[in-house]
Amino acid sequence: MGHFLIRRLAGAFLVLVLVSLMSFALIWLVPGDPAAAFLDASATPEQVAKLRSALGLDLSLPQQMFGWYGRILSGDLGQSILLNRSVTAALIERLPVTLSLAALALAFAVFFGVAAGIVAAVNHNRWPDQAVMTTALLGLSVPDFWLGLVMVLVFAVSLGWLPSGGFTPFMESPGQWLRGMVLPALTLGLVQVGFIARMARASMLDTLSQDYVRTADAKGLAKLHVVLRHALPNAMIPILTVIGIVSGALLGGAVIVEQVFSIPGIGRLIVGAIASRDFPVLQGGLLFLAVVYLAINLVVDILYAVVDPRVRLA
Amino acid sequence: MQGTPLVGRALWGRLLRNRSFVIGAVLVFVMVAVALAADWLTPFDPLKSNVRARLAAPSAAHWFGTDHFGRDILSRVMIGARISLAIGAFTVVLAGIAGTLCGAIAGYFYHLDQPIMRIMDALMAFPSIVLAMVVSAVLGASLTNVVIALAIATTPHTARIVRASVLIEKEQEYIAAARSIGVGEWTILFKHVLRNVAGPLIVRLTYVFAIAVLAEAALSFVGAGPPPPAASFGSIIAQGRDFMREAPWITVFPGLAIIACVLGLNLLGDGLRDVLDPRLKF
Repeated sequence: MGHFLIRRLAGAFLVLVLVSLMSFALIWLVPGDPAAAFLDASATPEQVAKLRSALGLDLSLPQQMFGWYGRILSGDLGQSILLNRSVTAALIERLPVTLSLAALALAFAVFFGVAAGIVAAVNHNRWPDQAVMTTALLGLSVPDFWLGLVMVLVFAVSLGWLPSGGFTPFMESPGQWLRGMVLPALTLGLVQVGFIARMARASMLDTLSQDYVRTADAKGLAKLHVVLRHALPNAMIPILTVIGIVSGALLGGAVIVEQVFSIPGIGRLIVGAIASRDFPVLQGGLLFLAVVYLAINLVVDILYAVVDPRVRLA
Repeated sequence: MQGTPLVGRALWGRLLRNRSFVIGAVLVFVMVAVALAADWLTPFDPLKSNVRARLAAPSAAHWFGTDHFGRDILSRVMIGARISLAIGAFTVVLAGIAGTLCGAIAGYFYHLDQPIMRIMDALMAFPSIVLAMVVSAVLGASLTNVVIALAIATTPHTARIVRASVLIEKEQEYIAAARSIGVGEWTILFKHVLRNVAGPLIVRLTYVFAIAVLAEAALSFVGAGPPPPAASFGSIIAQGRDFMREAPWITVFPGLAIIACVLGLNLLGDGLRDVLDPRLKF
């Protein structure tokens, strides 16, 4: 286990170094002068020069790079030009909002995805299987933000069951928080249900064909008992990796879905920075999300090794 | 690929018997035909406003209704198909070239494997939609930059798939045979190995097309898509958002058009996967 951990951590560290280098290099993709791109055409040369120096663009490339690594090692992602405050502070302030949205969506997607996958696998090649697979494919083809708008139209505007947007902090009123989060989490989760259902079905089909399941069947155990108690625990192991894969899509999706429901998470911060070309927020936000994604995947991989000894011995 | 690669009529026969492939191909063909013939098919000028027909509900004259400028939504969706599909197609070309090169070189040349694939891993650590959004915003919104942004986001996974196939293919005996008669490494890679990884690559690129159509819509929705007056699916939805209550059709119809395109491409991909790359079936 120790050897596995060291190898996995070293791999994650290397990727982290590259990820931060790429985030740093983003500013060099800006055509022309990033400072001039942020300010409008009426800005005086002095104003542009001042912003250039604030962004550190007047330094040489190695100086800028060492400065960037020095700063991010101490957790400083720079200053937002527009908000005039620390990017790290703004991101950390919004992280719980985005993470709770993604977590709720994940819970929803895993529950329905696994359930649908089991139903499909148990009824392999019969109509429930085909219905699940068709719905799953349809789910994978729907744009999440559009689904969100349609949900608002149906459940908020027409039926008036749930709020169309806005956000109440959990600490203020857990009930209001949940009411506000149901539609966004459904929107975000539904798109992933299809993906998880497909994986769960494949994993379940594989497990159901194992000898020990046939033995349990032959002993005369109830079918439901065999599926849920004997097959499901082993079928869930590959599904664990899916959570790692899906977390990236959920974080990205949350960025978009936050726009639809006016939720003040990291997504709104990043999208706000797009229009104003607030480069430190774009760089910092992208790096921050990648770090969160890498951390989630590291945890998933370690859990995977804990539950399945074959992984750590490989 | 297991067994002899399918070619010619045998391949077509298998594809035409695959339901996913046929339904997907028909959907994609219809969307592409509409996009190509949009200039002749549009009932109205998609850019011409008509204040008297502002926010008109779907009717015999305007099948999909009109927007706040009185522009015909059906005509705008038809032209939108052209822009969205063009972005998807160019992304496929760019990600296909970049992904094949990176994946093939990493898979074939042992000492280049680690450096290339670690860079791909790093790119995959960014949520792809956010990566595309930020790259497009940093480069400045234009059709070309949206394609570049989407290609950067879809190349790493493509490279991974090509690399995996190359790793298997390069151990085959015919490669050793080619090497033993003095064929150069690059010739072996491009003339022999790559020809045999075409199956998984074509399947992946079909999905890339679908991902690009979805991602372009999301990019346009958050304001990082192609600038106006280009009306892609995503930008029509974004404009319709402010009129959701009084004119939901502005938002609903382009969304259905996206679903038709992406569903068609996904079905096409599933069908191609079943026939070209049976190992991946699940």
